[in-house]
Amino acid sequence: MSGMRYRGELAVRNLFLAASFAAILAVLLICVFLFAYGLPAIREIGLREFLFGTAWTPGNIPPQFGILPMIAGSISVTFGAVVLGVPVGILTAVFLAYYCPAVLYKYMKPGIELLAGIPSVIYGFFGLVVMVPFIRTYLGGNGNSMLTAALLLGVMILPTIIGVSEAALCAVPRQYYEGALALGATHERAIFRTVLPAAKSGILAAVVLGFGRAIGETMAVIMVAGNQARMPAGILMGVRTMTANIVLEMGYAAELHRGALIGTGVVLFFFILLINLLFSLLKRRTGV
Amino acid sequence: MKSKTASKILRVLVYLATAITVAMLAFLVGYILIKGIPYLTPDLFALEYTSENVSLFPALVNTLLMTSLSLLIAVPLGIATAIYLTEYAKRGNKLVEIVRITAETLSGIPSIVYGLFGLLFFVTWLGWGYSILAGSATLSIMILPLIMRTAEEALKSVPDSYREASFGLGAGKFRTVSKIVLPSAVPGILAGIILSVGRIVGETAALIYTAGTVAKLPENLMSSARTLSVHMFNLSSEGFHTNEAYATAVVLLLIVLGINILSAAIAKRVAKV
Repeated sequence: MSGMRYRGELAVRNLFLAASFAAILAVLLICVFLFAYGLPAIREIGLREFLFGTAWTPGNIPPQFGILPMIAGSISVTFGAVVLGVPVGILTAVFLAYYCPAVLYKYMKPGIELLAGIPSVIYGFFGLVVMVPFIRTYLGGNGNSMLTAALLLGVMILPTIIGVSEAALCAVPRQYYEGALALGATHERAIFRTVLPAAKSGILAAVVLGFGRAIGETMAVIMVAGNQARMPAGILMGVRTMTANIVLEMGYAAELHRGALIGTGVVLFFFILLINLLFSLLKRRTGV
Repeated sequence: MKSKTASKILRVLVYLATAITVAMLAFLVGYILIKGIPYLTPDLFALEYTSENVSLFPALVNTLLMTSLSLLIAVPLGIATAIYLTEYAKRGNKLVEIVRITAETLSGIPSIVYGLFGLLFFVTWLGWGYSILAGSATLSIMILPLIMRTAEEALKSVPDSYREASFGLGAGKFRTVSKIVLPSAVPGILAGIILSVGRIVGETAALIYTAGTVAKLPENLMSSARTLSVHMFNLSSEGFHTNEAYATAVVLLLIVLGINILSAAIAKRVAKV
């Protein structure tokens, strides 16, 4: 091989190598900037006061920056979404994997992909014009509530839950199902007693991923949750999530207030990292 | 028999859950279309946005610009990374593992965190201000893992015999990658790009504090500009133009629908190959 050509090949290789550092650089930059602007503020407020303080009053003198209401808001809304969305999602995945005729599947699958592709502002708008009035009329309160947000998020995580669960169900060897049938089990018994337990970690991964989606969702939640910065007081009362806290006040916040909002982002980031870790552990176990 | 009853109940539950999923989709799409289509007037596509006529045309142009610029940054980077990982890196290379973990981390980060980062880094630290450039830079990081992963899968699915044949005919590594492997992987890569377009078009949280919310046609890349999704959010949270918000939602929904149909068509082609 001539030297020129070899040098050319090497240059190209190094170019590709350099490109692969872009993702690493991005993660590093994100960490550095979030921490550099968020941690000093958290230190100034005091970690305990910041994480466990129940008063968020940036306008008061002196201001208080406790984000426990928002942490509780995020967790309660997300938990509600999981409780509402997961059973429906898993059962729909069972339908797709074991009940759906091929003709119907051709339409169902793109439909669920569409559900995944619909922007969160449209979900939020739908929540605002349909779900909020519905809850106000039939269940009480002013409609902007924890329940509304949980319901909307429950719908939004459906495609995630369905997609990952279906893949997990399909990864279970067909013999499991057939073996159960051969032993006299009904179609349902074979699925729910044999296939579903075998797909357990994959389905758990779906739940964790759905949890991550729900806790990170911002725009749709802002439009229906009410956004009051106080401890959650009931499912028909308004809540504010961590994501909402950032978007609502970042536009005009300055100094320590701004730092506290970035600090909120840091806490959210930690939650997400934890969820990611859990997800990749589960994924590794199943090989899905 | 008891187990027969249990089976029946389970079957009903499965059908019920599926019905709920389908009904949700049909209701959401149907409701927006029915309420919005009557308000799709020519005025909504007027050249200029005013407080009386909340034209979505500038937002549409901005969306197009934002999408193109984000892809321009992320697609070459993503494909180059995928090429390194699949074609150049040796098996068991540490870097491959690290890049994969970072990509997984990136794809789990919520868009508001990207928005926050974009605000701190591009808008403030680099001093770009609220601009199309800052918005696209933020979005390009957001879609990078998606482009990378789909390109990687597409490259991996190219049979090794293609590469061996090319080497056998005396082609070098780069020639093989650029003339043989990459062209065969185009449909798969395209599918990833289209998915990314969908994410960009639907994005709001990452853009509010990076590209801002100015509803005008931009003068240049340093102008603040709202995309269609941001426009939609502003319309619905202001609450003065509900009918126009429905119509804007219809346009957004149709774009997403188009993207989905396109990606399904390409996926079908990929499956055939």
